[in-house]
Amino acid sequence: MLTIEEGKKIIEEVLEAYPEKTKLKREKHLAVHEEACSTCGVKSNVKSAPGVMTARGCAYAGSKGVVWGPIKDVVHISHGPVGCGHYSWSTRRNLADGIVGVNNFVPFHFTSDFQERDIVFGGDKKLEKIIHEINGLFPLNNGLSIQSECPVGLIGDDIEAVAKKTTKDIGKPVVPVRCEGFRGVSQSLGHHIANDAIRDHIIGTKKLDNKTKYDIALIGDYNIGGDAWEAKKLLEEVGLKVRSIWSGDATLEMLQTAPDVKLNVIHCYRSMNYICRHMEETYGIPWVEINLFGPTKVAESLRKLGELFDDHIKANVEKAIEKNMIAMEKTIEKYKPRVGGKKVMLYVGGLRPRHTIGAFEDLGMEVVGTGYEFGHKDDYERTKDYIKDGVIIYDDVTAYEFEEFVKKINPDLVASGIKEKYVFQKMGKPFRQMHSWDYSGPYHGWGGFEIFSRDMDMALNSPTWQLVTPKWRQAGK
Amino acid sequence: MTKTVEEVKEWINTEEYKELNFKREAVVINPPKACQPLGAIFAASGFEKTLPYVHGSQGCTAYFRSNLSRHYREPFSTVSDSMTEDAAVFGGLNNIIEGLRNAHVLYQPSLIAMSTSCMAEVIGDDLNAFIGQAREKGSIPEDLPIPFAHTPSFVGSHITGYDSMLKAILENLHKRQKKTTSVKGSERTSLINIIPGFDPHVANIREIQYMLGIMGIKNLILADNSDVLDSPLTGEYAMYTGGTPLEDAIDASKNHGTIALQKNSTMNTIKYIQEEWENHPAFNMYPPMGIKLTDDFVEKISDLAGISVSKELEKYRGRAVDAATDAHQYIHGKRFAVFGDPDEVYGIVSFLLEMGGEPIHVLTATGSKTFKREMELLLASSPHGQGAKLYAGFDLWHMRSLLMTDPVDMMIGDSHGKWAARDANIPLIRIGYPIVDRVNMHRYPVIGYQGAINMITWIVNAFLEELDRNSDDAHFELLR
Repeated sequence: MLTIEEGKKIIEEVLEAYPEKTKLKREKHLAVHEEACSTCGVKSNVKSAPGVMTARGCAYAGSKGVVWGPIKDVVHISHGPVGCGHYSWSTRRNLADGIVGVNNFVPFHFTSDFQERDIVFGGDKKLEKIIHEINGLFPLNNGLSIQSECPVGLIGDDIEAVAKKTTKDIGKPVVPVRCEGFRGVSQSLGHHIANDAIRDHIIGTKKLDNKTKYDIALIGDYNIGGDAWEAKKLLEEVGLKVRSIWSGDATLEMLQTAPDVKLNVIHCYRSMNYICRHMEETYGIPWVEINLFGPTKVAESLRKLGELFDDHIKANVEKAIEKNMIAMEKTIEKYKPRVGGKKVMLYVGGLRPRHTIGAFEDLGMEVVGTGYEFGHKDDYERTKDYIKDGVIIYDDVTAYEFEEFVKKINPDLVASGIKEKYVFQKMGKPFRQMHSWDYSGPYHGWGGFEIFSRDMDMALNSPTWQLVTPKWRQAGK
Repeated sequence: MTKTVEEVKEWINTEEYKELNFKREAVVINPPKACQPLGAIFAASGFEKTLPYVHGSQGCTAYFRSNLSRHYREPFSTVSDSMTEDAAVFGGLNNIIEGLRNAHVLYQPSLIAMSTSCMAEVIGDDLNAFIGQAREKGSIPEDLPIPFAHTPSFVGSHITGYDSMLKAILENLHKRQKKTTSVKGSERTSLINIIPGFDPHVANIREIQYMLGIMGIKNLILADNSDVLDSPLTGEYAMYTGGTPLEDAIDASKNHGTIALQKNSTMNTIKYIQEEWENHPAFNMYPPMGIKLTDDFVEKISDLAGISVSKELEKYRGRAVDAATDAHQYIHGKRFAVFGDPDEVYGIVSFLLEMGGEPIHVLTATGSKTFKREMELLLASSPHGQGAKLYAGFDLWHMRSLLMTDPVDMMIGDSHGKWAARDANIPLIRIGYPIVDRVNMHRYPVIGYQGAINMITWIVNAFLEELDRNSDDAHFELLR
């Protein structure tokens, strides 16, 4: 770990490359964690500087790509030109049970494929027709969402009116979502807009059958590589009933009936805290944040949940922890000698820049730098509980900064996204994608930790890294 | 009357469903096409020290970079100037001024290739004026070339964007040519420019260069992103790892002539060269896929260069023909579905016909009238093309209906075909863009004589693999 002074010096050096105006902007987003300093936080959730190569996406990505896309029995129309829907077509690994094209529409790209005439004359008539065509071809859809792309908001289309009319026509909810990519500064506003659309059009429109006192909703788990299934297993093992998942492998009905549960258990705080606050204010449902990465945090989270229920659940929690810890200890025993002491730099979105730290620490690894693509102040506040003095914090890090930080800090592993992956692998740095689990996973829960541990070991100790430098270039030759 | 899951599951495979599916006029479902700026930044990546720059919303750029990185498993650098709501109201001038300054200072490019996202196009930003103002404000040096192309997603597709950006770059660089200098004059006259088009298989460029090497024809690839999108792992990362040298591109019009290896992705570029480059023959052709189209290419380029086809190249060709005849029995009479970009689909169909394979469903998301006419002619020219039908401007949900009602033995296209292929229980041979669920496909050529061998290998071995996996004991034989 760097000292605070070393960290500050590195940040200063990295900032040197910027033009003055951008330097002043960017320095507010970079900091070294210093527990004693309450004013040392980073600035966040503001516009990215133009031209610096941000990794951030847009509101559409936050709404269609993150929140709405995984709802499997709803058809999500990428409304506008063809690109956005193409790039977000099955690229987030939201697994869903169901028959593709019959009652599962997750691995699809439905687009209105705007042409120039739609820009000139507007796309509302086309949209209405699209909704009817989809409803005819996919009769088991339980509703549709209209995910607006940039042009829709710029040409003044009235998708709300089309949604209202077609909801009546087909007798199913048609939800307009104003998630045009130019809104806000990142994916984050898209999450909020998507939450609001669910609040305004979906939530509370159906009652939950067979209610029990242990009914919970798991909020903010998108079932990436099967995460939500692992989470459900773990929660049900202690006697809780997961009646609703938002929105991995979700059905519309799960969202409709959510206000009938006893507790909202939230994983990805960033993308879904809005709906939890809404349900708390409107329906009086309490909510609690949990962390499903690594046995320490899983056990902590289960105990936290136990406290909110009764002795029966509390006893189950202890039993489950005891039982699962046997396997966890074996996993740690196997992998800690292989990965312990290794340094990691993280840069992800949502909850992972803080939530995964515990899992690395369970394996004896150390996180020396972390940052959020689209975090807010409350994310950075929460991060403080996870990190020690000297950790470098970078908000909306630019490609240039990230490269420089990695070169100067020299971690053993970089854990970030697809756009970063090959940059660092070219440097000979072990890397894992932490958005998609690098096509592996699940990483949530007890079972997930075993896979996580195996994957980190695989990245760090792959014999392929030994091939990078040919023997005639190795030291001493 | 509500249908059950079982009923719908059956129904979507029927002729009745297919008719309903083909009746739709508005919704597009699973189209095999991306959008313009992706093609634009792809074209830009083929020039030395060139930074692709997208003027508009930043999310688009994040998507393009992710998409390209997944296909190539390579870094892909592109900046955006992150326009947001205020830019929607006031225009993106400030974004360009600040964006160009930052991009120039941080990433030190020799050329910035600007394309646009829908947002900038809908609000009608004047790129030429804005770039001019950025220069006046000192964001960028006076002489830093910034070719730009308007590339809204609501016009054409990624291949249109490729064409627009390539043309813009060549046009910009051409204007920088010093008329008087012809130091390399004599050398240049023997050079032939090759435009690969939006070609997702980087090894294609290397195959063409190998063949031209055998023929003794010197060449300049415009634009050559093979070293950018297939760069070595050395332990050091460099943002700019290759590309056509700008000096060479500036003088490209002095070369002997230009051949583009795709038609639909190079129409405007070739038109520009024909009209603006003096005494410079230029034409485009369908990609040299399979023996016949490769022969066409060889013949044309040897005519253009005035160099007869070498014995050595004929030997190289002969090995591919040997592979074709050796394997003919496994492809002859087999039924195929093919989808993708028009040029690639044309090439694959031509290859299948020469092998005795039968293209049945031929589908593209885009396609000009010329393409349709030429594809119809190609199919009509062969007895093996008689069962084929061309669907230009269709999508993969249409394709699914075709596969379920009129089955074929194999599908050829990009990774997005995998759901339809799975439902139809047939293998998918991955050629095209994007391929995001298999490794290294971009490292194998599908054009030239080696490309023919590769396609034969993949197709035949996939059939034989199926046969072995599905044979009962009695028919599980050693010899195939």
